[in-house]
Amino acid sequence: MSSKQVPDTLTFECETGNYHTFCPISCVAWLYQKIEDSFFLVVGTKTCGYFLQNALGVMIFAEPRYAMAELEEGDISAQLNDYEELKRLCVQIKKDRNPSVIVWIGTCTTEIIKMDLEGMAPRLEAEIDIPIVVARANGLDYAFTQGEDTVLAAMANRCPEWIQNAQNNNDQDQAIQGLMSFFPLKNTKLSSEPTLLSNHPPLVLFGSLPSNVASQITLELKRQNIHVSGWLPAQRYSELPSVGEGVYVCGVNPFLSRTATTLMRRRKCKLIGAPFPIGPDGTRAWIEKICSVFGIEPQGLEEREAQVWKGLQDYLDLVRGKSVFFMGDNLLEVSLARFLIRCGMIVYEIGIPYMDKRYQAAELALLQQTCEQMGTPMPRIVEKPDNYNQVQRMRELQPDLAITGMAHANPLEARGISTKWSVEFTFAQIHGFTNARDILELVTRPLRRNLSLEDLGWSALVKRDKINLV
Amino acid sequence: MKLAYWMYAGPAHIGTLRVASSFRNVHAIMHAPLGDDYFNVMRSMLERERDFTPVTASIVDRHVLARGSQEKVVENITRKDKEERPDLIVLTPTCTSSILQEDLQNFVDRASIASNSDVILADVNHYRVNELQAADRTLEQVVRYYLDKARRQGTLSQSITEKPSVNIIGMFTLGFHNQHDCKELKRLLQDLGIQVNEVIPEGGSVENLRNLPKAWLNLVPYREVGLMTALYLEKEFGMPYVATTPMGIVGTAEFVRQIQSHINKWAPMFLGKLVDYEPYIDQQTRFISQAAWFSRSIDCQNLTGKKVVVFGDTTHAASMTKILAREMGIHVVCAGTYCKHDADWFKEQVQGYCDEILVTDDHTQVGDMIARIEPAAIFGSQMERHIGKRLDIPCGVISAPVHIQNFPLGYRPFLGYEGTNQIADLVYNSFTLGMEDHLLEMFGGHDTKEVITKSLSTDTDFTWDSESQLELTKIPGFVRAKIKRNTEKFARQNGVAKITVEVMYAAKEALNA
Repeated sequence: MSSKQVPDTLTFECETGNYHTFCPISCVAWLYQKIEDSFFLVVGTKTCGYFLQNALGVMIFAEPRYAMAELEEGDISAQLNDYEELKRLCVQIKKDRNPSVIVWIGTCTTEIIKMDLEGMAPRLEAEIDIPIVVARANGLDYAFTQGEDTVLAAMANRCPEWIQNAQNNNDQDQAIQGLMSFFPLKNTKLSSEPTLLSNHPPLVLFGSLPSNVASQITLELKRQNIHVSGWLPAQRYSELPSVGEGVYVCGVNPFLSRTATTLMRRRKCKLIGAPFPIGPDGTRAWIEKICSVFGIEPQGLEEREAQVWKGLQDYLDLVRGKSVFFMGDNLLEVSLARFLIRCGMIVYEIGIPYMDKRYQAAELALLQQTCEQMGTPMPRIVEKPDNYNQVQRMRELQPDLAITGMAHANPLEARGISTKWSVEFTFAQIHGFTNARDILELVTRPLRRNLSLEDLGWSALVKRDKINLV
Repeated sequence: MKLAYWMYAGPAHIGTLRVASSFRNVHAIMHAPLGDDYFNVMRSMLERERDFTPVTASIVDRHVLARGSQEKVVENITRKDKEERPDLIVLTPTCTSSILQEDLQNFVDRASIASNSDVILADVNHYRVNELQAADRTLEQVVRYYLDKARRQGTLSQSITEKPSVNIIGMFTLGFHNQHDCKELKRLLQDLGIQVNEVIPEGGSVENLRNLPKAWLNLVPYREVGLMTALYLEKEFGMPYVATTPMGIVGTAEFVRQIQSHINKWAPMFLGKLVDYEPYIDQQTRFISQAAWFSRSIDCQNLTGKKVVVFGDTTHAASMTKILAREMGIHVVCAGTYCKHDADWFKEQVQGYCDEILVTDDHTQVGDMIARIEPAAIFGSQMERHIGKRLDIPCGVISAPVHIQNFPLGYRPFLGYEGTNQIADLVYNSFTLGMEDHLLEMFGGHDTKEVITKSLSTDTDFTWDSESQLELTKIPGFVRAKIKRNTEKFARQNGVAKITVEVMYAAKEALNA
């Protein structure tokens, strides 16, 4: 997958403990906004629906483009016909909202009752004439952000085939025409592939980013004369990028290992294994890696990075020497830890729900390199951590900051440990050179809060005997 | 399958966990896949809880699915038993894991052998009941468990207290203003010389549940949660209960009177006399609570006949409907509830206080109803507040589902006499303020949609003669500027340079026309 191997000196622990992260169906909350002509149908129980509505703070209000197909007792006991039921709902969705695609999000329940969503989708798709993509974003197999991975992996299969030289190949053209009638894609897209004009093979980036961040990254690559031929996902389903043999793909998020695998194995793309473009160091390494694959000498990249670091100076003074503990939630932990170590912080522990050592190999190598460069000890990486044990470890270590899920933030704050919600890094704009400041803005907020409240003298807000209690 | 965008009541396990985590020193184990344990997030965030939520998810993943969960669940129960030494561990599945049909009772039996804590399995059907019903059921189950246990051990205290005393049943975490209500109820009972024996589940200890029968009677302020427990205690121990909600002046008086009648069954024996709470009710109603006075005040007079819609859980929607209709003279066009399981009671309660009744858990029906009626104000849940926002209709929030805004740091009870004040404030502030409304009607409109001139300041100075200036000063400050603007706009349109009282009223007429 990547030319780099996982460094031997990195140690991983798998605690297989009781830990909390959000359910992977939460990806719906950002993907429906990202893919503007989509409709997400979560096929699950009341438990799933209440989560989306409540815990995520995403109230399903006016004109939503996602809904629950709430499974009732009759569905569970197989008294009702799944196909007919889903058809009824999808016909209504088509009538009410007319989306370009309906994404079925499978949940734990559809896994357990073995509902054959993949089997039903093509039939229904043909019957009601609207593409149906199936993603199994269930909590049995995945954590939080990996939900996006399941959706993008499913969409990767729906990307049009990239043809080396579309104009000269009639057979393939017809094959594409055949595809076109199936997927409502724009006909003009393929023939006018601008990649043919650039001096390197086509590059498709995968990972959902807010559109302005995507353009920043695209622009950053353009400075190196690298043309991005498409993003997975695109702003609209009808604008999915063409992929296929000869197309290079590169991820922007650390939790997209399935998408990477699908693009490589099923769509025959070449994966560029790079650290992730988070923080100026990561962004530079990411661009450098892409350049090196295309045999392009990066221009002014070092200066660009140095200039960004200079702009962060006021924040760096605040965080230098401070310690941080990642409880583990959104799989961005390694990249964030690497950036914070580079900022001069000490990372005690990187909790992470799931660690794909191959997909994250380049990032892990950069982490180790950064630790050596900064002269800090390697943090311990704990996969599937046990939150109870982590709190005990935090009691010992007394970190200056804990990056944690929402369930633990208030209790830790009450015990005098400053926290930042990990979920904020999921939703904030953290990618690329331009947004490095936003990461530090988040990280330093509790530290700045502490500075302004310092003189009040009440940092622990629970009774002494309760401090140890978890 | 049901196409759902929003739900008023949560899934069953949320109810169970709300009850379990309200007790002191009780831990809940969820048998659930990753991500189903968001209850911890809700409690921590909404209640701004300082302590870790005593709920641990024993995660069901592929491996567990393949091997069966027994070992893991039992291990997690015994582990929590050692780590936290809780009095009770409650095991609950979720909608998802309940389909696995694993023999959780067997896990519980095995785990209790190895644990010092008591261990029970929350016994609810996750596909047939909602959050509220499950909470009601779990509370009853826990109470029954501990009373049976006490009876077996002979530690049950069945002799009632010497002084009149009550149990308050149904105060719990993530409830709508429950903590404030509880404080207010305690204050009311103290005024009446009634002891509070136990409050469950919030802050209660399961070990103290054996003292429940010592109280003279039980109070169930919210009928959603607690009724089953009260019925059980009535059946087993002959304890009477009061399930009237002390909301509003009339409701609170009724509540106190019912307590009085129950207390007076024992009072001659224990107190040597009957209690009479009538003077207290009268004093509170007429002089302490501001709500009775408010409904006589000129402010409330202006609310007479205003059309409103009420929607919420049965307790709050029914009480609110009655308060609006009979205590404030406001016209409730439609009263509704999402508690479909309690529809009969609700209909019986609001009959005669409203024109129509809506029982549904589909928010689109509620939205359509509101759009059709176009009330002057809505009293509902956060969902109705949102509907109101879209339709530009003010909404006072009177019921769960809860939102962070329903956990104010300040004291905001809905029950008792202080509650009547809060409700009166809420009602009054929900409408366009009475006097303002009146004056705006007289002088034409609230929102001047057209700007008078393009530039922010205008060169043309109008001269107001002394009379019209005097007239202007008579208008209250908060609408004066608007009326001045409207008048000047009218004058500009009609080429009038000098503004007289006549011009003012011509402007008013023109705007009203």
